[in-house]
Amino acid sequence: MTILTATDIGISFGGVKAVDGVGFSVSPGQILSIIGPNGAGKTTLFNIVSGIYAASRGTIHLADEDVTGLSPHDLAARGLSRTFQNLQIFQRMTACENVMVGRHLREKCSLLPALFRTPSVTRQNRETRAAALDLLASVGLKDAADVPAGSLPYGACKRLEIARALAAEPRVLLLDEPAAGCNAVETEEIDHLIRQVADRGVAVVLVEHDMKLVMKISDRILVLERGRPLAEGTPREVRDDPKVVEAYLGQHGAREAARA
Amino acid sequence: MGALLNQRFMTLAVLAVVIAVLPLVFPSSYYFRVASLVWVSALAAIGLNILMGQAGQVSLGHAAFFGIGAYAVAIGPTHLGIPPWAAILVGAVLSAVLAYLVGRPILRLKGHYLAIATLGLGVLIALVISTESGWTGGPDGMPVERLTLFGWRVSGSNTWYWVTGALLLIGTWIALNLDETPTGRAFRALHDSEVAAQVVGVDVARFKLQAFVIAAVYASIAGSALAFMNGFINPDQAGFLHSVELVTIVVLGGLGSIVGSIVGAAVLVTLPQALTIFHEYEHLLLGLIIIVSMIFMRNGIVPSLSGLFLRRARS
Repeated sequence: MTILTATDIGISFGGVKAVDGVGFSVSPGQILSIIGPNGAGKTTLFNIVSGIYAASRGTIHLADEDVTGLSPHDLAARGLSRTFQNLQIFQRMTACENVMVGRHLREKCSLLPALFRTPSVTRQNRETRAAALDLLASVGLKDAADVPAGSLPYGACKRLEIARALAAEPRVLLLDEPAAGCNAVETEEIDHLIRQVADRGVAVVLVEHDMKLVMKISDRILVLERGRPLAEGTPREVRDDPKVVEAYLGQHGAREAARA
Repeated sequence: MGALLNQRFMTLAVLAVVIAVLPLVFPSSYYFRVASLVWVSALAAIGLNILMGQAGQVSLGHAAFFGIGAYAVAIGPTHLGIPPWAAILVGAVLSAVLAYLVGRPILRLKGHYLAIATLGLGVLIALVISTESGWTGGPDGMPVERLTLFGWRVSGSNTWYWVTGALLLIGTWIALNLDETPTGRAFRALHDSEVAAQVVGVDVARFKLQAFVIAAVYASIAGSALAFMNGFINPDQAGFLHSVELVTIVVLGGLGSIVGSIVGAAVLVTLPQALTIFHEYEHLLLGLIIIVSMIFMRNGIVPSLSGLFLRRARS
């Protein structure tokens, strides 16, 4: 039973095929990693799946519904959430407010009660804040709740984005390099967090360069090269695939991988 | 949360006290009139600040909505027999509908392109007002009937001081209310990162439109108040220079700061009055003061000064 299926996705930018005939599917509770050298089309693929780019070909199905070409907020309403490789934090809002925005779809949001701040608005605000604080605690940012997000260190921002994405209670979570720029301890924490999220039944799609992390937590791995699928399989299968070793890890990397 | 609630309450309380106490130091009714002009400009600026400071969208034609509010209370009672108080509502509804219809296509534009589109809207409305002289009196303007509420004839600088002061308090209260709500957060989120707001489910087009409509209604009501207060209205109120003045108030006071818009209005309305003693150098000095304060307080008066104050308090 898959929840997200992308079939034969393709997109070109000025004649360059950034993504060409890529497909994948992921089931609830599963972690699928997408790896490949820089420029392989991983982030572009994410931008297509989350509705930011319109693909020139291919289809995307979310829980049996054809969602190809839907806008990002419509996809979010159907349970798709994501983080960004280059941080997209709401800089001028506090960490807590960032996560509260993540609960946007779970809140009743009508204009007139907001303008006159009815008691129901105040009550809902309290509930949203409590939920946001719980999420901040789960990514280790409880103490930073009322700090402006723009003044948080890089690793904290990465985790804040994950908390914000989780606030929407997604069924599918796309994580674009969640461990980039994080130290070993932070990477370890993110590793635990992703595992927890998947164990709750969320389908996780991960783009990551940290091979240790990818090999450890992925159920399946899709390897891209220059916008095309190169290989797909379990971490072991992918690691032992000579094509992958050659293209992605290189000769030197292959020797290291063999020793690992 | 408690602190924020208090901050909102404190802002309103201080504003109410300032409005109540200022008349004690006013030597003549001229001061009441200048202060009323400040309250009216501040009201329009607060609305524009929700659009510009919170939602991060620019409008260079905002005086159009100010003009619609003003001309609604002039034309409604004179030509159509609408009671003056109801004409305020007619103006606000007209402004809201126009903002909604025009906002849908133009709020897709970003930055400079949006600025030019809103500028076009402003020029267009001002042009209609000054050419439809059968209705509007053309470039010469037209008189406005006095406002009567429940048999009470609202007139005189002192009376209008209190009426505009009350309007400003209500406008401030509503603007502060928005801050800690899903709508207010959606505004600020799409300002900081439109793409991130979209992927958490914020319908960006819808919220930009809401902010635009709110700002239009604020300007319209401020326009109605000014028209009643002056008893006369001319197309300048809907013109480009007035739009620029509103944007200047918002930026000078501080983008995103409600208190900033009130302070900005106070500076920009009273400064020209104070500078009249310098006769021909008046405009030169006004321009210089604005340039210098933007250089030294680039976040606007209120955010810059409160930032400075907080740093002092900490060290």
